[in-house]
Amino acid sequence: MTTQPSNDSSKSKLSWSARFAQSPLLLRIAQAWEALLARRWLLPVLLVIGLALSFLIPQFRLVNEYVQLIMMYVGINIIMTISLNLINGYMGEFSVGHAGFMAVGAYIGALLTTQVLPYAWLEGPLVMIVFPLIVLAGGAGAALVGLLVAVPSFRTRGDYLAIVTLAFNMIVKSVIENIEAIGGPRGIPGIDKLTTMPWVFFWTVLAVWVIRNFIYSNFGRGVLSLREDEIASDLMSVNTRQVKLLAFVLSSFFAGIGGALFAHLLQFISPRVFDIIKSTDFLIMVYLGGIGSIGGSVLGATIYTVLLEVLRPLQVWRFVLMPLLLVFLMLYRPRGIMGLREFRWFVPNSELLVGKKKEVGNAAAD
Amino acid sequence: MLLQTKSLTHYFGGLCAVMDFNLDLQPGELVGIIGPNGAGKTTVFNLITGVYKASQGSIQFFNNGQAVELVGLRPNQVTALGIARTFQNIRLFRELTVLDNVRIAAFNQVGYSPWEALLHLGRFRSEETRIQNYALELLEFFKLHDYASELAMNLPYGLQRRLEIARAMATRPKILLLDEPAAGINPKEIDRLMEFIAWIRQEFDLTIILIEHQMRLVMNICERLKVLDFGKTIAEGLPVEIQNNSEVLEAYLGEGDDL
Amino acid sequence: MIYILQQSLNALQLGSIYALIALGYTMVYGILTMINFAHGDLFMVGAFFGFMAALAFKLPFIPTLLISMIGVGLLGVAIERVAYKPLRQAPRVSAIITALGVGIFLENLTLVFYPYPQSVPQLLQNITWTIGGVTVSSLQIIIILMSLGLMVLLDFIVRRTMVGMAMRAVSWDKTIVPLMGVPVNLVISITFAIGTSLGGAAGVMYSQAFPVIDPYMGIMIGWKAFISAVVGGIGNIRGAMIGGFILGGVEIMVAAFLPSTYRDFVAFTLLLVLLIFRPYGILGQPRPQKV
Repeated sequence: MTTQPSNDSSKSKLSWSARFAQSPLLLRIAQAWEALLARRWLLPVLLVIGLALSFLIPQFRLVNEYVQLIMMYVGINIIMTISLNLINGYMGEFSVGHAGFMAVGAYIGALLTTQVLPYAWLEGPLVMIVFPLIVLAGGAGAALVGLLVAVPSFRTRGDYLAIVTLAFNMIVKSVIENIEAIGGPRGIPGIDKLTTMPWVFFWTVLAVWVIRNFIYSNFGRGVLSLREDEIASDLMSVNTRQVKLLAFVLSSFFAGIGGALFAHLLQFISPRVFDIIKSTDFLIMVYLGGIGSIGGSVLGATIYTVLLEVLRPLQVWRFVLMPLLLVFLMLYRPRGIMGLREFRWFVPNSELLVGKKKEVGNAAAD
Repeated sequence: MLLQTKSLTHYFGGLCAVMDFNLDLQPGELVGIIGPNGAGKTTVFNLITGVYKASQGSIQFFNNGQAVELVGLRPNQVTALGIARTFQNIRLFRELTVLDNVRIAAFNQVGYSPWEALLHLGRFRSEETRIQNYALELLEFFKLHDYASELAMNLPYGLQRRLEIARAMATRPKILLLDEPAAGINPKEIDRLMEFIAWIRQEFDLTIILIEHQMRLVMNICERLKVLDFGKTIAEGLPVEIQNNSEVLEAYLGEGDDL
Repeated sequence: MIYILQQSLNALQLGSIYALIALGYTMVYGILTMINFAHGDLFMVGAFFGFMAALAFKLPFIPTLLISMIGVGLLGVAIERVAYKPLRQAPRVSAIITALGVGIFLENLTLVFYPYPQSVPQLLQNITWTIGGVTVSSLQIIIILMSLGLMVLLDFIVRRTMVGMAMRAVSWDKTIVPLMGVPVNLVISITFAIGTSLGGAAGVMYSQAFPVIDPYMGIMIGWKAFISAVVGGIGNIRGAMIGGFILGGVEIMVAAFLPSTYRDFVAFTLLLVLLIFRPYGILGQPRPQKV
């Protein structure tokens, strides 16, 4: 299931694969998984099934509302995680202010719904056109702000750029707190619940697809080369400024989309919702799932969101347990669950053909 | 003329790293820059390629007869004009595949817009196929195609050096700057390296500037030499002339290097 | 004028606490180039250690402070050994995320024991004087003087002692220095011990100045101290002190002359402006990139 095999041939990984090879059951599961992923035609089938389910589940209450809500949060978190992974995983920067972009999208969306647009537009079939436009507006606003954050990235890197994103997050929060017209510190209550399961499904699939497309393109390879060696990248004709700008704009665009969906699901937003703690949540999801991996982001966001809910009976202790799990994961798999590897489904066909020759070597190990 | 530097000078803080460097490079030439460690050789490369902005002086590149001033351009613009380089310490994209290393160097030859990239539409497919084939051809040419999907970091040292040159060639350079290509290479393999350099020079119709400490290589393949010491050009001329230049001997012997 | 003097005194007090915490960030960064995101929470643990010691042993200020510093220092060393050391060869962010995890763990473990904010007993007799209209409390003076004392001591250790020399050597190079017989692991442990115990000291002092403590108090203050370290030039000890005082000063002065809700906005905008003009902080030097 790998195209970009993990390169940390650390001891922990060897023992993993060794244990894998020794256990016949696991080996069989691994083979079955391989065979499953090799069937690419399953992907569109699953997408259609997913889309159908996203309509059927709320319609016929196949699961209760609480589970439906969690499912929608999973979708939004996948959007947030994948867009953050573009900067932190693929580009190798360390953005700690992703919730800031989310806030921009959420506020633009919520303000459009509660204050700007006439109520009649949000009723009846018209909402089917208006809501995606509201979400797009959220994304576009966040993307504009992302442009501003991209500019410092031309000059600063690493920890200093991390501080810029951190300061950006704090500034967004502080600005919102100081504008009474948009609710100030009290936030915006009573946002219409326009986010539905089909919409979440649609936007999640779109985010995954577009970001995947970007990564497996000339610009995406430019992003990867920035992570490896910015100077060499510049000297190999990569227009690093263009690439950085694109990556930041795309990342913040989808963060804004996630924010707008979030606002219309939670129905109440305030500056405090989008503080630095929210940003660190997304960081955890990215590094839990694995940097530089779309499959990793999907896994990371899903596991983290679901686990927090499953562990709810533990009350306070779940937040003692979760970080411990994270620490152990980092100790044994420092690059997260997927760590630079990718599910074959997320890799375009043309890329796989070249990879064929080498696949054989490490397919069994993973 | 292909490249001309006029009184190129660069300071790091108060330290003068390169002083009044003048070079007229004719198409097809192979010029060597030698000098003791810290003489400013690599700085000259960094100035030409735009990594550093020259404190004074000019660098003109003649593109089909038109002069382009390189001082002030960003490195990717200089590379796109047709000047590629390798590095003293190999700087591959270590965690990317061999194929990606080469494809990335073709960045500015890809003719689709960001929109087409996001949606994988329009010219995307044809351009991707073209670039992929171009990269694979280059790899084949450099006998690296068996490693196309291997991570660059997993290649043995000699192949990494070769990949670096293949990657530089993917930018379609007119001038190739080689920064110590013999570093870390077994003295016995020097002959093969010389053949290799002569071969790519001919195949790609290249003009080459070469920094090297390995005197056998320099004396054998360079047509003319410039000798730097503490940023100053202390001698220039044919290899035979340099070999007998007393100032050069002094600069080297003072350093304790063997000539 | 009197108002400004009064506020300056407050700024010095807040600034010295930021500076103490910033030192911990900067020391760890200097030696491991790692951002120890758990440091703000170690500051919080320091406040709670002080609180527990004060309740359990009814000791005066100085012994309480020492107990807390030792406790936090040991905790810091333990965290380094268990959670960070195995990751020294791993990608840098793995250690940072681990630190984030350790921080969240510390917050919530404390929350398990203290679900509600606690009020800290006064350990110092607080006398206030009025000098020319400016109110000066003994607490303020003690906090400022103690912080300055600790900073001077640290500066002395780093610049003048064998241990300090070893620290600077390890931060400069981690491959050659061990070959010279410098026990790198020990030096790193000592760095963590000193850095985190300063954070613990800041926790105790902070809880004397603002006597209500809760498990999440370290997050915001930690981030701000981190920013102080960056403003000063991360990895630079004197820079961290300067950064701490600058941030404390800016925050107090903004709150004094503008609506207090503008505080964060102005502070962070200033930070951004500063980073545009001095991308490596006030005393920081860009590490030369060799091409």
